[in-house]
Amino acid sequence: MTTEELKSVKSNIVVDARGTACPGPLLAAKKAIGDIGSGEIMEIYSSDEGTKHDIPKWCQKMSHEFLGIVEEDSYSRLFLKKA
Amino acid sequence: MELEKQVEALKEQVSRLEAGTKEQVSMVVFSGDLDKILAAMIIATGAAAYDMKVNLFFTFWATASLRDPAKSGKDKSMMEKMFGIMLPKGARKVKLSKMNMCGMGTQMIKGIMKKHKVASLDEMFKTAGELGVVINICEMSMNLMGFKREEMIDYPHMNVCGVATFLADAAESKIQLFI
Repeated sequence: MTTEELKSVKSNIVVDARGTACPGPLLAAKKAIGDIGSGEIMEIYSSDEGTKHDIPKWCQKMSHEFLGIVEEDSYSRLFLKKA
Repeated sequence: MELEKQVEALKEQVSRLEAGTKEQVSMVVFSGDLDKILAAMIIATGAAAYDMKVNLFFTFWATASLRDPAKSGKDKSMMEKMFGIMLPKGARKVKLSKMNMCGMGTQMIKGIMKKHKVASLDEMFKTAGELGVVINICEMSMNLMGFKREEMIDYPHMNVCGVATFLADAAESKIQLFI
């Protein structure tokens, strides 16, 4: 998905993990993924640089679809669709 | 009746197979250093986020980090009491493996960890418990150091066992680490 497309995506859940360090954002995502259904979209806010590599890898392993990243001033928004 | 029994047996077999397909990580946590135990706990909780079953085998110096500072063991010999005093009492008392500088370095790194919002060892144990990470404590180490079961932290999945348990877990694991 392009950045423009992602910006217009309506997420089913937003996980704000800003301010936590590794493995905080991953654990926050893992905790919240149980709260949404298959095909629904999760958005993760993270200020941790490593998360941008970690979440796509995690999605691959857990068969969720990683949709992309939108960069904000001091954090990133990561989008994924639950398998 | 016969059919019911067969169904039960099948159910059991299926659940065993399902448990077998879940990926597993087994770690020996040997070091009593703050940095190394922290690394072990970060890997453990990360693996739990990957839906892997995680078994930690705490042995030798690492067992001291699982002591609860508010509790104490009963019926200790003179030597056991001495060990108890000399070894760190819980996760807050363990020291860095390098640059400890009489405790100054450890205090400094704790400050930096707080600034970078890295979870403390105490918090990591709590998170690991919530994620279902199993902590097995080596019984022989407990005996050597004179630690008693009643002085260890309240952890939801804690067992005291021997090397056979670690080996059985490790043999079923894709990832085995010694820290």
